[in-house]
Amino acid sequence: MRIELQKRGNTSVLFSVLSPLLALALTLIAGAIMFGLLGKSPLNSLYIYFVEPLLDVWSLHELAIKAAPLILIAVGLSVCFRSNNWNIGAEGQFTIGAITGSILPVLNPEWHSPLILPLMLIMGMIGGALYAGIPALLKTRFNTNEILTSLMLVYIAQLFLDWLVRGPWRDPQGYNFPQTKSFQPEAVLPEILDSGRAHLGIVFALIAALALWFMMRFMLKGFQVSVLGQSERAGRFAGFSARKMVWFSMLLSGALAGLAGISEVSGSIGHVQPVISPGYGFTAIIVAFLGRLNPLGIIASGFVLALTYLGGEAAQLSLGISDKVSRVFQGLILFFVLSCDTLIHYRIRLILNPSAAQEGKS
Amino acid sequence: MTFEGVEASPLLSVRGLTKLFGSFAACDTIDLDIGHGEIHALLGENGAGKSTLVKMLFGVLQPSSGTVSLEGKPVVIPSPGEARRLGIGMVFQHFSLFEALTVAENIALSLDPRTPLAKIAEETASVSRAYGLPLDPSAHVADLSVGERQRIEIVRALLQNPKLIILDEPTSVLTPQEAERLFETLMRLKAEGRSVLYISHRLEEVQRICDRATVLRHGKVTGACDPRQETPASLARMMVGTEVAEVKRDSANALGDVLLQVNKVSVASRTPFAVALKDISLKVRAGEVLAIAGIAGNGQSELFDAISGEYPISDNDGIVLRGKPVGRLRINGRRLLGAGFVPEERHGHAAVSALSLSDNLLLARSRSDKKAFLAGGPLAIVKRDAILSAARRICSMMDVRKSGDDPTAGSLSGGNLQKFIVGRELDRQPSVLVVNQPTWGVDAGAASRIRQALVDLAKAGSAVIVISQDLDEIFEIAATIAVISDGRLSEPYPAGELTLEQIGLLMGGIHDSHSGEKSSGEDRAGMEAAHAH
Repeated sequence: MRIELQKRGNTSVLFSVLSPLLALALTLIAGAIMFGLLGKSPLNSLYIYFVEPLLDVWSLHELAIKAAPLILIAVGLSVCFRSNNWNIGAEGQFTIGAITGSILPVLNPEWHSPLILPLMLIMGMIGGALYAGIPALLKTRFNTNEILTSLMLVYIAQLFLDWLVRGPWRDPQGYNFPQTKSFQPEAVLPEILDSGRAHLGIVFALIAALALWFMMRFMLKGFQVSVLGQSERAGRFAGFSARKMVWFSMLLSGALAGLAGISEVSGSIGHVQPVISPGYGFTAIIVAFLGRLNPLGIIASGFVLALTYLGGEAAQLSLGISDKVSRVFQGLILFFVLSCDTLIHYRIRLILNPSAAQEGKS
Repeated sequence: MTFEGVEASPLLSVRGLTKLFGSFAACDTIDLDIGHGEIHALLGENGAGKSTLVKMLFGVLQPSSGTVSLEGKPVVIPSPGEARRLGIGMVFQHFSLFEALTVAENIALSLDPRTPLAKIAEETASVSRAYGLPLDPSAHVADLSVGERQRIEIVRALLQNPKLIILDEPTSVLTPQEAERLFETLMRLKAEGRSVLYISHRLEEVQRICDRATVLRHGKVTGACDPRQETPASLARMMVGTEVAEVKRDSANALGDVLLQVNKVSVASRTPFAVALKDISLKVRAGEVLAIAGIAGNGQSELFDAISGEYPISDNDGIVLRGKPVGRLRINGRRLLGAGFVPEERHGHAAVSALSLSDNLLLARSRSDKKAFLAGGPLAIVKRDAILSAARRICSMMDVRKSGDDPTAGSLSGGNLQKFIVGRELDRQPSVLVVNQPTWGVDAGAASRIRQALVDLAKAGSAVIVISQDLDEIFEIAATIAVISDGRLSEPYPAGELTLEQIGLLMGGIHDSHSGEKSSGEDRAGMEAAHAH
């Protein structure tokens, strides 16, 4: 017996639209089962996990704080993925962006100028872009697989950050904690409203999403992205360069991840420490796919995934279960999104011992 | 059909064998008989259905209908293992050997796993001695030549004591000396009463060693003969088809200036499966249709890539377009000079299946029609409406049948999509149009529409190059014909002076001067692979 995936003749438009919602519903069902197995009341747990965080103003601010890097990174990745370049290393680009963006406040803590913040943001973007340029260079030069190289660079970036904050960048007055001095006020990304902590990061995210939506929808550049992503050969026929597209998409997504990194450090944390991300760079991959690689869809899915982080914290406090549960939910969502998409395009067929069936015929 | 000299019960008898891929019949009601102790040739062009037929005989594919009988008994061959058990062995064109293992280990892989390796080595040695196939069982495959590797495959087949051995293009990878050795082995097998099904499109060797031949064309048997009674020319005719349309020679167009010229262009192959172009020269004038004939995979795509500028060549003067050297210019630069291009593969090269027709229009013309299709300067904003109306114009001009206003390219039939792709270029009124396989896999109505459009374009004063495998088409539209074989282009001949036989021979790489000699074919393996690719 074997299982085959058979391509469907025509794919249902209705289900293509419903697929992300279906995936969310299935995630909730699987989550309820999981809570049940953990001995908690499924409905109450889901309420605490997914609804309660939406009821307080302060936690809505937290939601925006967590959604900002997810959306920023994911819209960049969506351009990458659409052009068939698989940048899996946004987490590393996020980290390097945070580091290069923090050079000014860490090394010049006494520089009080309004220039410092824009410079930090630009340096963060440049750092992230350059770091994403490494897999781009390797891919265009040596035809290496960018999935592997970008992923491996994540660990290098994280260990480099760890070394920095334990070594050269450690705050001498910090009681030996592995972290830098707190940034001067001019180097901190301002909050948008008085009611909570949400900072300009979410604004950057929304602007980036709208800009890339415009590019993909109306500009020749967006057309090049989708042509080269679907067929490099057709792109060559059109006179579009696949090599330039590798650079464009990697540098773009790297810059946005870098911007997310410095925004997070400057806006939410206020200094550099060994761990600055709960895996935003990887979760953004889920955000990108849940949003159908469409920048507007990504805004919505970014908030959904941000909720899984908040819910994880809430579950830890109110239910007393590990915050690893948020990772489980993220995994479930990705799993169901991908399987719903697969089943829209393919049907499953069981083939029971083909040779026996044929011998029976003769 | 019946044959002289076949015993009452042939070893293998195939009746009405059909293999459908969707609605396409790769093999269409094939009848075939192979007698005991016979070397039977299976002839045909690429895509004629030879490989599909033998894959069914070896159990790799299952027929859609029809019967196979072995020694009078109907059999079903569900798998290669069963084929071996029934006494059918096969030597594939592309070997399936592990380079890191020794000869004996490779052979052991296909045998009963309980047989000890020492015994296999011993048998290998004795079989290889008996059939004149010298092999060292302990040698590593990586160290062996192609001919030696083929011997492993043959010995592997022989160890199972088969009644029928199928050889798929066996000499395509061999040097002439190795081929000689192979022929001796085949004669020995024949003397033992074993039968051989020998697939080839090299006519002299078929004439030399085969007792009978079955010729396939477009999935059908078009001839069964004794190759020794035939000439290479008559075999070639059976392979490429006899029904050639009346050559329609409308009042010859007045020829103008040379619009496109290729000067002694050589291009090394980009991939192991590509064909290298060797010293190609051609000229096409305003008002002329030049056809380039040839069997698939002889360098047509590579020539198209070089002329279109998808892969620019290093010699800038190698290609001259309307008086300007353009060898190093890319495709859009050449389009701006007035050239248009239609590649062979519709899906994924000429068009992106998942994109709409209007998007696919933009695909080919984003640069050449920048003014009409793009706005906003550096922002390069796509003007949807302008493109949509241009796409509608093309569809009505070429009579493209479609559902909806702007459907995806993938939803159109091959013929309608091809009409759109050709129309997309004609709409620009290019002064030079290069088309690769304009009507490949296209229904007859669309094909004649496209051919008419090409003829009309030339009449209007453009230069047209048509690269085609379809000789009927070539005779219908071309004023001048050149033949490409193994990356070399023949002299151009006026269409009226060339016979089908001559083209067939040129296509097989046999030139008038030495038709009796062995054709050069070292690159055949590459060419087959390029075709499959």
